[in-house]
Amino acid sequence: MLRILYERFQQGYRTSPFPKQEPTLPDRFRGLPRLHPERCAAGCRECAQGCPFGAIREQHGALALDLGRCLFCADCHACPHGALEFSTDYRLAVRRREELTITADRGPVLAAPLDAPLKELFGRSFKLRQVSAGGCNACEADVNVLGTLVFDLGRFGIQFVASPRHADGILVTGPVTENMREALLATYAAVPEPKVVIATGACAINGGPFSNAPEVHNGVGALLPVDLFIPGCPPHPYTILDGLLRLLGRREVAD
Amino acid sequence: MTPEIALTNGGRLPLAAIPVLPFPEFASGVIDLIRHSATPIAYFADQPAPEAPPELFAVLTAATPGTFTVLRSRLAPGFTSLTTRAPQLHLFEREIAEQYGIAASDHPWLKPVRFHSVWHGTTDAWGRDPGRHPQPGVMDFFRVEGAEIHEVGVGPVHAGIIEPGHFRFQCFGEKVLHLEISLGYQHRGIERLLLGGPWPQTPSQIETMAGDTTVGHMTAYSLVLEGLTGTVAPPRAQALRAVALELERLANHVGDIGALAGDVGFLPTASYCGRLRGDYLNMTAAICGSRFGRGLVRPGGVLFDLEPARQARLLQTLADIVPNTRGALSLFFEAPSVLGRLEGVGKVLTDDALGLGLVGVAARACGLDCDTRRAFPVAPYTTENVPAITEASGDVFARARVRQREIEHALAFVRQALENLPAGPIATPLTALPADTLALGLVEGWRGRLAHIALTDAQGRFRRYKVIDPSFFNWSGLAMALRDEQISDFPLCNKSFNLSYCGFDL
Repeated sequence: MLRILYERFQQGYRTSPFPKQEPTLPDRFRGLPRLHPERCAAGCRECAQGCPFGAIREQHGALALDLGRCLFCADCHACPHGALEFSTDYRLAVRRREELTITADRGPVLAAPLDAPLKELFGRSFKLRQVSAGGCNACEADVNVLGTLVFDLGRFGIQFVASPRHADGILVTGPVTENMREALLATYAAVPEPKVVIATGACAINGGPFSNAPEVHNGVGALLPVDLFIPGCPPHPYTILDGLLRLLGRREVAD
Repeated sequence: MTPEIALTNGGRLPLAAIPVLPFPEFASGVIDLIRHSATPIAYFADQPAPEAPPELFAVLTAATPGTFTVLRSRLAPGFTSLTTRAPQLHLFEREIAEQYGIAASDHPWLKPVRFHSVWHGTTDAWGRDPGRHPQPGVMDFFRVEGAEIHEVGVGPVHAGIIEPGHFRFQCFGEKVLHLEISLGYQHRGIERLLLGGPWPQTPSQIETMAGDTTVGHMTAYSLVLEGLTGTVAPPRAQALRAVALELERLANHVGDIGALAGDVGFLPTASYCGRLRGDYLNMTAAICGSRFGRGLVRPGGVLFDLEPARQARLLQTLADIVPNTRGALSLFFEAPSVLGRLEGVGKVLTDDALGLGLVGVAARACGLDCDTRRAFPVAPYTTENVPAITEASGDVFARARVRQREIEHALAFVRQALENLPAGPIATPLTALPADTLALGLVEGWRGRLAHIALTDAQGRFRRYKVIDPSFFNWSGLAMALRDEQISDFPLCNKSFNLSYCGFDL
């Protein structure tokens, strides 16, 4: 017993002061991309071909990047002229699919809280059932980590539960394989109304590395109405936590 | 006697150098080698061209230490199953039947592996409608009959944040007589997507084969591409890969001990290890920006270097978390209440581990000295700098103890590697892939042996890319561990293996 108490003392207090204090992310962390169209060579549209996942295209004559398709690759092939750079901004979650498209002047529309009745219901007690539908276990791991004492998800009233019957919504990872389609839909159906769907990671948003592969459905949006999109491959735990807190109206709407 | 075709880890062979044997000669060659203690690494089929007859390839360890033998034959209907003589091959033959529609005759357990349609042609090995996607989990499950026998089905969606799979238990009261595991729910069709590659999407798909083994799989892929092109990654890149691979091992092993602690209700270690696992992931993120090592390893080398200040910071972080890691682990292994829950539970016999071809932690916990880093070392590993870490008892305790000892080794290895990083460049450019060549890359990932094998066509594209995640072999080990156990011990046994669903399903 003394040994346990001694070790407890040695291990120290490790819960992060988030959200009162912003987290420090590694300097090489690849978060929100920044576009610098002024660096574009004249007439060059290499980026539209350069990204194997089609994350970049021209929209109304300007460069537009879809965070839902972006894998935040370290060897991003998109631009040889440095018109695309990653910042360490981890805040990426949005409410609507089209709000993931960013330009040089417009970042993602960070998630607004749920509407009044849902916010009232879920704001202080939010239970989720996680469904991995072809996820590679990286998104799953970085959702799971929210339960550790570092993030201590329980202090926000958010909890992952075993049964969809006890849940207020589902958090989906993976591109939705054909082999998981039915199980995903059955899990969703088992969640009592009203309910929310959260697409976590590039796979769940648009198929990620597997977009357009014959065995997958390019994410959960093709099958269910999605209330929150959390980009990343995988999203950083703080990106996920920030998204969940915004959905519940526990973070500022935008800065 | 078949001529010996020798191949090394990270080496290549021209396909023309591998004779196509008549099937009976191929079969007796494979069985002879296995009888003489060879380990089968891979057994797979390949269709060289749309109209060409499919071929069979078997890769096994050879008598000369550190080398492999490749045998080759034609795949034709009526080829006979080798499973009854070499049970290690049971899943490979089921996989061939599922992918190519050609079933090995006399296979004792011919069931689908991943539930997808046949790759070529229209012949389904199980007579299912080839025009419709098969239903996962629809197959003949082994059933125990009897008045008081009951069946428990679990999954695909389980309690907890975990990947999907279906488990079916045949129980007598609380006792499990048989567990059958049916997977495929995570099947993304990766091997088929790789045909004709490498594609621009390929590196991202390799890194997400099993996302918790990003560094391992990407290193195996890099060894294959470097082998094909005859490239050697610079020593500094090899050292950085090894640092990342050992950090991956540390994060997962520490996390696994924490999960075991959670399952036996020993919360101090569960809490501490949950945090420490993140600290190791964050060390990887300090190197490359991603907690899982995405974008660190690439064929030819690595994408990120360590400047002296970063190297010093990593060493400092390591020095800070080593005492916490040791403290959390020793608390766990010193508690009699913990040991009482681990010892004697979920035992796998050494003979079964050998027969089923178990790899990695699960095999070493059954006393088998099988570690790719020792048997087929690629720099900076040598047989000397990786000790044989085995435990004899084959139970949950042994699997936990092997992890604890590997954590100790990895801590020392990472510190030493960081302190002695060779100078020089971090990447060598790759040339174009050669035509009609086979290359092999093996890596000891944290779960066990990862094997990648590429065959190129006349244009130097992948005509086949075979991946064997350690979970491919080891799920059978979990099924054996549950025999005659209490069904309530399933979570504990499952955690002690902690296998990958997507790595198996691909």
